[in-house]
Amino acid sequence: MLRRYSVHLSLATVGGLIIYLAHQEYLSLYIMSVLMFMGVNIILSTSLNLVNGYMGEFSCGHAGFMCVGAYVSSLLGVWLFANDKVFGAPLLNPKYTLYAFPLLILVGGIAAAFAGLLVAIPSYKTRGDYLAIITLASNYIIISVIENIGAIGGSRGFMGMKQLISAMEKRVDLPWMPIWVFLFTVFCIWLMRRYISSTFGKGVTAICQDEVAAEIMSVNTNKIKTITFMVSSGMAGIAGGLFAYILGYVNPGSFNILKSTEVLVMVYLGGMASLSGSVLSAILFTILLELLRPLQIIKWIVIPLLLIILMQFRPEGIMGNRELGDIFPKLKKFYRFK
Amino acid sequence: MENLVQNIINALQWGSFYALIALGYTLVYGVLTLINFAHGDVFMVGAYIAFFSATFLLTTLGLPGWIALALCIPLTMILTAMVGVTLERIAYRPLRNKGAHRLYVVITALMCGLILEHANLAIFGASRKAFPPLIAEHVYTIGGVTFTNLKIAVIATAFLAFMFLHWMVTKTRVGMAMRAISYDKFAVPLLGIPLDQIIVVTFILGSGFAGLAGLLFAMSYPVLEPYMGALIGWKAFIAAVVGGIGDIRGAFLGGFLLGTVEIMVVAFFPSTYRDLIAFTVLLVILTWKPTGLFGIAKTTKI
Amino acid sequence: MKRLLTTLSISCIAMIMAVPVIAADTIKIGFNLEMTGDIPKVGESSKFAAEMLKADINGAGGLEVGGKKYKLEFIYEDNEAKAESAVTTTLKLIEKDEVLAMIGPNSTKQAIPAGQVANDNEMVMISPWSTNPDTTFNRPWVFRAAFLDSFQGPMAVNFAIKTFKAKTSAVLYDLSNDYSKGLAEVFKKLFEGKMGAGSVLAFESHGTKDQDFSAQLTKIIAAKPDFIFLPDNYNQVALIVKQARQLGYKGEFMGSDAWGSSELMTLCGKDCVGLHFSTHYAAAGATGATKEFIERYKAKYSYTPDDVAALTWDATGVVLKAIQNTGGLTGKLKKDRKAIRAGMAAITSFGGITGNMKFNEQGDPIKCGVVVQITKNGEFAFNESICPE
Repeated sequence: MLRRYSVHLSLATVGGLIIYLAHQEYLSLYIMSVLMFMGVNIILSTSLNLVNGYMGEFSCGHAGFMCVGAYVSSLLGVWLFANDKVFGAPLLNPKYTLYAFPLLILVGGIAAAFAGLLVAIPSYKTRGDYLAIITLASNYIIISVIENIGAIGGSRGFMGMKQLISAMEKRVDLPWMPIWVFLFTVFCIWLMRRYISSTFGKGVTAICQDEVAAEIMSVNTNKIKTITFMVSSGMAGIAGGLFAYILGYVNPGSFNILKSTEVLVMVYLGGMASLSGSVLSAILFTILLELLRPLQIIKWIVIPLLLIILMQFRPEGIMGNRELGDIFPKLKKFYRFK
Repeated sequence: MENLVQNIINALQWGSFYALIALGYTLVYGVLTLINFAHGDVFMVGAYIAFFSATFLLTTLGLPGWIALALCIPLTMILTAMVGVTLERIAYRPLRNKGAHRLYVVITALMCGLILEHANLAIFGASRKAFPPLIAEHVYTIGGVTFTNLKIAVIATAFLAFMFLHWMVTKTRVGMAMRAISYDKFAVPLLGIPLDQIIVVTFILGSGFAGLAGLLFAMSYPVLEPYMGALIGWKAFIAAVVGGIGDIRGAFLGGFLLGTVEIMVVAFFPSTYRDLIAFTVLLVILTWKPTGLFGIAKTTKI
Repeated sequence: MKRLLTTLSISCIAMIMAVPVIAADTIKIGFNLEMTGDIPKVGESSKFAAEMLKADINGAGGLEVGGKKYKLEFIYEDNEAKAESAVTTTLKLIEKDEVLAMIGPNSTKQAIPAGQVANDNEMVMISPWSTNPDTTFNRPWVFRAAFLDSFQGPMAVNFAIKTFKAKTSAVLYDLSNDYSKGLAEVFKKLFEGKMGAGSVLAFESHGTKDQDFSAQLTKIIAAKPDFIFLPDNYNQVALIVKQARQLGYKGEFMGSDAWGSSELMTLCGKDCVGLHFSTHYAAAGATGATKEFIERYKAKYSYTPDDVAALTWDATGVVLKAIQNTGGLTGKLKKDRKAIRAGMAAITSFGGITGNMKFNEQGDPIKCGVVVQITKNGEFAFNESICPE
C-alpha cells in the first residue's frame, strides 16, 4: 500500500510544501526563481537524455526546440489573453487564462515536437556525428528564422507574458508560475519514465545498442526515431514555454549554442540513460551555479574544473546508466515508480 | 562580374581559416574519434600567443617586422602545440585509459575550452587586444577587384598546410601509424606502434596548425578577445563534418565550402538570411550525403 | 547517500537564505553586470567606473543624506549576459542583499526581464546602456541613462545630410544586437523620409561574433553610397572600417555612441582617423568634471573610459542624488525604496559628465548629444552639439 503510493505522496508533500511556503512568503522570490529554473533544467536534461542517452545519438541543438516552444506558447498566450502592440486587445476574456495556461504550454510543446522533424527526418539515413551537425544546424536555422520575423520583434525580443500571470493570480491568489513549473516537471518525468519502460520504448534502447540488429528484429527504427525525437523536442518546447513565462520576455539570443551545451553538460554529468541521474545533475548544476556566484569570473573556471575532476573519478557520470533504485536496492522496498 | 570575382577572393580567404581549423579537428577525430571541442579555444590561445610573441619581438627586442614574423610563426606553432598536448595529457588521456565513453571525453573537451576562455578573461581582463602590424599591407586593385598581400598569403598558407598534412598522413610512417590507429585502436599497440606517442604527434600537428591559423587570423582581423575562438570553432567543426570528418581532404574542402556558402549567401541574398540559408544548405547536403562529401559509408557488421 | 544529499541540499538552501548582517550606516547599491558571456568588457567598464565613484565618496567620509554620513557599499553581481541569470541576480540583490537601488543590466536582453522584476518588486533600477524603449516603457521604477534611438537616429541623419551633403547612404548593422538593429531601422526610416524612398542603397547585416564582413562590404561598396552608417560596437567597427579600406572604399563612415571607446583607436589605428560619430560627450575638448573623470580613470586603469563607464558613472550619480533627495533614510527597506523613487522624480537637472540630464515620465533621459570627429592623435574632437527640441 505504502509502496504503491509513496511516490505520489512524497511528490504531493514536497510540491504542496513549496507552494504553501511560497504563498506565505516564507520562501523568498529569489529562491523561488532558482527553484523554477531548476524545474526547467530538469525537463531539459531529461528530455535530452532521451536522445543522447537512451537512443545514443549526439544531439547538440536542444535549445533550438526550446526556442520554438517558448515563442509559440508566448505568442499564442499574448494573442489570446493580453493587450499587446502587435496583436491588439485580447481575443478572449483574460479570466480564462488560468484554464488555458497548461494548454498554451502544451501547444508550445507540440509545435516544438514538429520542429523536431527537422532533425528526425534526416536521422533516417544520417547518423552519429553527422546527425550532431544537423542538430546544430537546426538550432542556427530556428534562431535565424525568428530573428528575421520583424513582426514579433526579431532580435528585439517579445514580451507581454507577465499580463497572463497577473491575470491568473487575480483569478485565484496563488503563486501560479511555481505551481505550473512543478506540475509540468512531474508530468515530463512521468512521461519519460512511461515512454522508456513501455514496449515501444524498449525499441529506443535497442537502437542505441545496435540499429541494424534492431531492424532485423522487426523494430521499426524510423518510426521509433521520429517519435523519440518528437517527444524529446516536444518536452524541450514545454521547458521553453515555462522559461518564457518565468522571464516574461523572450529573445532568440537566449537559445543559442551555449544554452544547448549547458544542457549537454547536465546530461553527461548525470549519466547517459539514467533518468534519476539527469534529475539529480540538473538540481546540482543549478545549485552550483547559484552558490558559486560570489566567485564572479572565476566561477566559470571553477565549474568546468570541478566537472573535469568529477569525470576523472566517475567517467560515466554521477549515476552511470543506472537509476536510483539500482544503486540502492533497498529503496525499492519503499517506492514503485512507473 | 567584378563583384563575383571579388566575392570569390573573399570566400577563399574566409574559407582558409575554416579549413585550417577544421584540419585540426579532423586529425584528432580521425585518430581518436574524439570531437575536440576545445580546438576553437586552442586557436584563440594561439592568437594570443602570437600577440604576445609579436609584441615582445617588435617592441622589447626591436626587430624589424619581417624577422619578427619569421620568428613568430614557429614560436606560435610550438607554444600552441604545447597547449594542445597538455590538454591531451592531463584531461583526455586519463579518461581514455579508464575506458570512458567517448562522449564523456567530448564533454571534458568542452569544459577545457571553457577553462581556456575564462582563464584568459580572468588573467588578461576584458580589454580587447590589437595585434601589431607585422608586415606592411598593400592594397592591389586589378580591374575593379581588390585584394591585399595578406589575403594572398593566407590562402597560400592554407593550401600549403593542407598539402603538408596530406603528405604527412599518406606518405610518412607516422601518418601510416595514424591511419592504422583509426582502423583499430586495439590491434595497433600489439604491432609495436606506440599508441600514446602517435596520439601526441596528432595533437602537436592539430594544435600547431591551430596556432598558425591564430597568427594569420590575428594579422587579418587584428582584434583579439577571449571568446573569439568559440563561434569559429563550432563552425569549423561543422565544416569538418560536412566534408566528411576524419578525412584531410574533407576538412579542407568543407572549410572552403562553408566559407563560400556564407559569403555567397550574403552577396546574392539579403544578408539577414545568412545563417538561415547557409545552414539549410548544409542540412540538405548532410541529408543527401549522410557521411559528408568525403566520408566513407561504414558497413556495419552483424 | 540519499540522506547525505538531503543534508547537502538543505545546507545549500540555508546558505542561500542566510541573511547578511546589515551595518547601520551603510547604503547598499546593487550592480547587475555582464562580467562573463558575450560582452565582458561592458561589465568591466561599469564596475571600474563604479569602484572609482565609491572610492571617491567613501574617501570623503561617505554620502551625506539628511545630515548623516553613510558609507557606500556596492555589490557586483555577474549576470553572465543571460536573461535568466539577470532575473535571479536581480531577485538576489533585492531580497538577499537588500540593496536600495540597482544599476544595470546594460544590455537590453538582460535589462528588459530584470526591469520587470525590479518594477514588480518596487525598487529603482537604472540601466546605463540599454536603448530599447521597452526597457522603461510603462515601468515607473525603471530608468535609463543612454539616449533613445528616436533621438540619436535623427541626430545622425541631420548631421550626415548637412555635413557630408549626402544624398544616398548604406547601413551595416548587427542583426542579433538589439541596439544596433533598433538604431539601423530608425536611421533607414528617417533617411528615406528625407531623401526619398530607395536612398538607402544597401541595408546589410552581420552576426554578433562575426569577424569577416567582406561580402557585405563588397555589396555596399558596389552600390556606391555617399556614406556608410555603422551603428555597431567599437570592436566590430575597427574590423569593418579596416576591411572596407582593404576593399578600396575611401568614403565616409558615420557612427553611433557605441563607438565611443578609447579602444577604438588602439584597435583601428589610422584607418579610423577623420570619421564622425554621435555620442554623449567629446573627450578631447572635455572640460570640468568630464575632463577630470577621464584623466583619473585613465590614471587608475590605464585606458580612457568608454561610453559605458561614463554612463555608469552618471547613472550611479543619479541614484545617489535621488538618495540625497529623500532627505534622510529610515532604515526600512520598502519605505526607503519608495522615497528613492520619489527622489528620482524630484531631479530637475543632473549635471553629469555625459551632459545635463533630467528624466521624462517614462524614465528616459532628456539630454544633449554631440557629434565628434576622430583626430589624427586619436582623440574624439567636438564637432557639433545637438539638443532635443
